[in-house]
Amino acid sequence: MAKLTYIKAITDGLDVVLGEDPKTLIFGEDVGKNGGVFRTTEGLQDKYGEDRVFDTPLAESGILGLSIGLAATGWRPIPEIQFMGFTFEAVDSLGGQMSRERFRFSGKRSMPITVRTPFGGGTHTAEMHADNLENYYVGTPGLRVVTPANPYDAKGMIISAVENNDPVLFLENLKLYRSMKDEIPEGKYTVPLDTAKVAREGTDITIVAYSAEVNESLKVADKLAKENISAEVIDLRSLSPIDTDTIFKSVEKTHKVVVVQEAQKMAGVGAQVTAEIAEHAIMNLDAPIGRVAAPDSVYPWAQVENDWIPNADDIEEKAREILNY
Amino acid sequence: MAKKTGQAIDFASIKATMSDPYKKTFQIVDKDAKIVNQKLFDTFSDDQLVDFMKKMVWERALHEQTMNFSRQGRLGFYAPTYGEEASEMGSVTAFKDQDFLFPAYRDLPQLIQHGASVTQGFLWSKGNAVGDDYGDQRNWFPQIIIGAQYVEAAGAALGIKKNGEKDAVSFVYTGDGGTSQGDFYEGVNFASSFQAPAVFMVQNNGWAISVPRKKQTAAETLAQKAVASGVPSIQVDGMDILAVHIATQEAREFAAAGNGPVLVETLTYRFGAHSSAGDDPSRYRTKEEEKPWFDADPLIRMRKILTDKGLWSQDQEDKLVEEYKDSFKASMKEAENTPTQSVVDMLKTTFEEPTPQIKADIARFEAKESK
Repeated sequence: MAKLTYIKAITDGLDVVLGEDPKTLIFGEDVGKNGGVFRTTEGLQDKYGEDRVFDTPLAESGILGLSIGLAATGWRPIPEIQFMGFTFEAVDSLGGQMSRERFRFSGKRSMPITVRTPFGGGTHTAEMHADNLENYYVGTPGLRVVTPANPYDAKGMIISAVENNDPVLFLENLKLYRSMKDEIPEGKYTVPLDTAKVAREGTDITIVAYSAEVNESLKVADKLAKENISAEVIDLRSLSPIDTDTIFKSVEKTHKVVVVQEAQKMAGVGAQVTAEIAEHAIMNLDAPIGRVAAPDSVYPWAQVENDWIPNADDIEEKAREILNY
Repeated sequence: MAKKTGQAIDFASIKATMSDPYKKTFQIVDKDAKIVNQKLFDTFSDDQLVDFMKKMVWERALHEQTMNFSRQGRLGFYAPTYGEEASEMGSVTAFKDQDFLFPAYRDLPQLIQHGASVTQGFLWSKGNAVGDDYGDQRNWFPQIIIGAQYVEAAGAALGIKKNGEKDAVSFVYTGDGGTSQGDFYEGVNFASSFQAPAVFMVQNNGWAISVPRKKQTAAETLAQKAVASGVPSIQVDGMDILAVHIATQEAREFAAAGNGPVLVETLTYRFGAHSSAGDDPSRYRTKEEEKPWFDADPLIRMRKILTDKGLWSQDQEDKLVEEYKDSFKASMKEAENTPTQSVVDMLKTTFEEPTPQIKADIARFEAKESK
């Protein structure tokens, strides 16, 4: 066991899969000698060589198209798109190609591709470097979209993602990269890709969140606990598919729910969770479903970022509103 | 502000000469069946020449029969290949089994020559994904998104290189319109950067639906677009099956030997409509424009050469056409007798392990489709 940051936990997980499966390849912009602009792949080229960990020309559609052709010739690609905002350049490869191949080939060919990309705000980046674009991708049949909220899950989930035989969009939270540490077991362990996790048990209200907002929600739960209010926090982990069973079970117990996301409110993950609860569990509720999300503007530039991103105060306010309904 | 000089760099001269290496189109037999490169012509045996002709007659018969099927409502989306027989058969005959093929939707004939069955081609057109079950063949599905196959082919070329395969390449086709896509350039450039064995085919048939070749780019040839990526290329008379074959074969040898990718542009013409779905070329081009291309029909010159050599007769050709068409009719019956796909089939092939939501959908559609 060692205490590792979120980013080093991912590096550790990548080390495990590169070591276990000689068909795995890591590639993208700056991932080789430089170890990635955030150092997620640091040391891996030295350890596994330039054949397995390599830089590509600077073109996102090319990187993901390359992944498809590599998978077609027996490889297990782990491409990196340097920032999630840059996936706009590769939407066809994601939505038009790799996620459809299993169907196209009548179930006979797989695309075991894990697309890693950092996302999420709060670090005052340049434009297009922090956007939460998961809402664009969760509606893509054949594509899994997952995001760990802590270092332990980050390592276990990256290993599961690479071992999965379908394309996985693996979202790494920029703000969490170096702000969290966990005790991380050495070697291989997996965390399932399709189950939510009860991050904190409670009985009075359910807060459903993912990625950095899980930590904001946990802060709120701590605060409410001081007033003897017991909040349950659910970390979705998988944004597509969504583990509704875990949510329904919680709602059955608490009868109140707040759905939190950092992304803009329109459609997307929070809207889907809300709709699933409304469709299948509304009779268990005794208050409206509360929603906390960013406003429907473009992702803000640095100066207004902190006001724009939903934080613990916003979640607390909404939770109290639902609790007092 | 610096003074205007207007003299230091002679852009006008650079522009005027930059296409010089591409002034000559590679050709062996011209449109009047005159052999313009006897030495290369003599490398082909009589049997090979007859085989090339047979393949073009096969493709033309396939075109005619598929248009009949389309009129009868027995096919879905289908892109006519009329006029492109030399370009398609000349190139695919240079493939080896171990080569990967990334076709676009007008490249079904190559897919079939590379191992897929005619029935599979028909199933694809009819909207049944069983048509894309190529087993162990190194075939990919006919790409719909123009250019996407170029980046994928670069990936397969890199995969082939990493596999240590010594005599295999990744073949990919697009059209003149496809060369305007970002993915075209990204594919060529990626393969170049990795010096991976890809052969990029550009079938310049003059038209991207209704937009003529000259509106795609001011570049004099499409072949020279490869130069910017450090990739050698050649423009070939795409109505001359022998030239296309030699160019493709040599491009393949060059790439397979570890020299990096190559691009081949074939100058051909889409004699028919863009697709079987209602495109009408008379809306955007004239008979006068079409005429010289119809005169350059690849079958005419080959027919003349073979007839002069006493290797071919119209009677023989007519019989072949009937034989081929009968086989296509049998393939169509087979396609029609193949069970249609169900929504459940689609759901089951969305993920390896169906998600809970998909399991629920499967249950719903199993109930619905069993009624």
